[in-house]
Amino acid sequence: MSDNYPSDLLYTEDHEWARIEGNMATVGITQFAVEQLGDVTQVDLPREGESVKQGEVFGSVESVKAVSDLFAPLTGKVVKVNTPLGDSPEYVNEDPYDQGWLIQIELTVPAETAKLMQPAAYASFIRESAD
Amino acid sequence: MTEATAAAPRKTPLYDVHKRLGGKIIDFGGWALPVNYAGGILAEHAATRNAIGVFDVSHMGEFHFRGARAVEALQALVTNDVARLADGQALYTVACNPAGGIVDDLIVYRIAPNHFLTVVNAANIDKDLAWFKENTGGVCSIDNESDGTALIAYQGPKAIETLETLGAADLSRLPSFGLRCDVEIAGHATWVARTGYTGEDGVEIFCAPSDAPSLFEALVQAAAAQGGGAAGLGARDTLRLEAKLPLYGNDLSDATSPLEAGLGWVVKFDKGPFIGSQALAAQKAAGLQRRLVGFVMKDRGIARHGYPVLASENGQPAGVVGEVTSGGVGPTVGKNVGMAYVPSPLASQNTQLFVDCRGKTVPAEVVTGPFYRRSR
Repeated sequence: MSDNYPSDLLYTEDHEWARIEGNMATVGITQFAVEQLGDVTQVDLPREGESVKQGEVFGSVESVKAVSDLFAPLTGKVVKVNTPLGDSPEYVNEDPYDQGWLIQIELTVPAETAKLMQPAAYASFIRESAD
Repeated sequence: MTEATAAAPRKTPLYDVHKRLGGKIIDFGGWALPVNYAGGILAEHAATRNAIGVFDVSHMGEFHFRGARAVEALQALVTNDVARLADGQALYTVACNPAGGIVDDLIVYRIAPNHFLTVVNAANIDKDLAWFKENTGGVCSIDNESDGTALIAYQGPKAIETLETLGAADLSRLPSFGLRCDVEIAGHATWVARTGYTGEDGVEIFCAPSDAPSLFEALVQAAAAQGGGAAGLGARDTLRLEAKLPLYGNDLSDATSPLEAGLGWVVKFDKGPFIGSQALAAQKAAGLQRRLVGFVMKDRGIARHGYPVLASENGQPAGVVGEVTSGGVGPTVGKNVGMAYVPSPLASQNTQLFVDCRGKTVPAEVVTGPFYRRSR
């Protein structure tokens, strides 16, 4: 089990991460999520311009094993989608924090970031759920 | 306290080996087994198609039928014709209930004229044993030796030649569905059957539980030298799905008949009566209402067990006609595939269907025959 949770990200209990830059957030799923899912074979994402709401489903990720919902870490408008994942969903496995990012959101409720976990909190959350 | 708690999953003799090899252990129907190892399902699937996959299938059940009337007992229990077997031969069959529903699918091996081995699904061990005993009236002994038997599947185009280098002489001469009870592999006494559940050439190896860890590791090591390795339940499922081999509990059940499931070839009406023969004969005479079909997805979408299947009218989704029994990715065929029971008129090649993938209707097309067939 990898302990790979970058310090510049915020995390959800559903194992999404968000990288905040000004009023923009880039969103993906964590190393832990990737290890649980196994080989990702399809990613279904919203289109640019659609709105997502914190805690609500914004898409899904299919692995060989199962399908899992994606939950938005923050509320806002989708301004960018990682379209190469359409042809190369394996980026999510290989590089979940960089090439495997999912969507970029323009935040409409920036204060929501307070509800997300810091890296240390997420790491202990993972350890607790493993027990 | 009478509160029910889920029992801890049972371990096969290879549990510690799986942990050591980096297996990701899950509870699979009450058994602690690896869904995959470090490389992941797709890598293990490819390794099995291209070289060798080594699978722990020790959870499967082994019953020994012994006695002068063992043939008679089995002939009543299963649909295929056990009397056709010679020593060292096996056949695939189902056992039916009186209504023609499938109690289990299994392989029957003839060890000797008065001794047969059946290998049944792990989840059905208790049910099958009770059913078999109840319906044979004690004419022969039926011994559940599942706990005393480990089973390792060695599957893939390089499996046979690699086993020969491990001491299993002349294995290439063992015919499909043949069994040899005198094979020494890496110093261990084994029984080897030319059977499997992957769509590849290969064998299943029976051994004593105490021999299983060292045998498994020797088999994995030899496989690794050929580009193969240990493979888990995940790859086992994608491999069998591509080969369109049915899975009991998904594609077969007490409520589906072998005729509907496309297993008419294991139903031998001419051998004499067996449990379910009247119901199956009547079903055949009346014509089948529904059939198990394979389908490929024509657009983005992965069919999963339980998803509704819809008819197509003028290219548009119409009413629900069935549900997906097995579905997923077909890594080697490069398509998402599945199986479903549909009304017989919708079971022919190229019939257009739709699968409701969590609210999104995705077009699919019926494909008869396996999705994947190995080159010989």
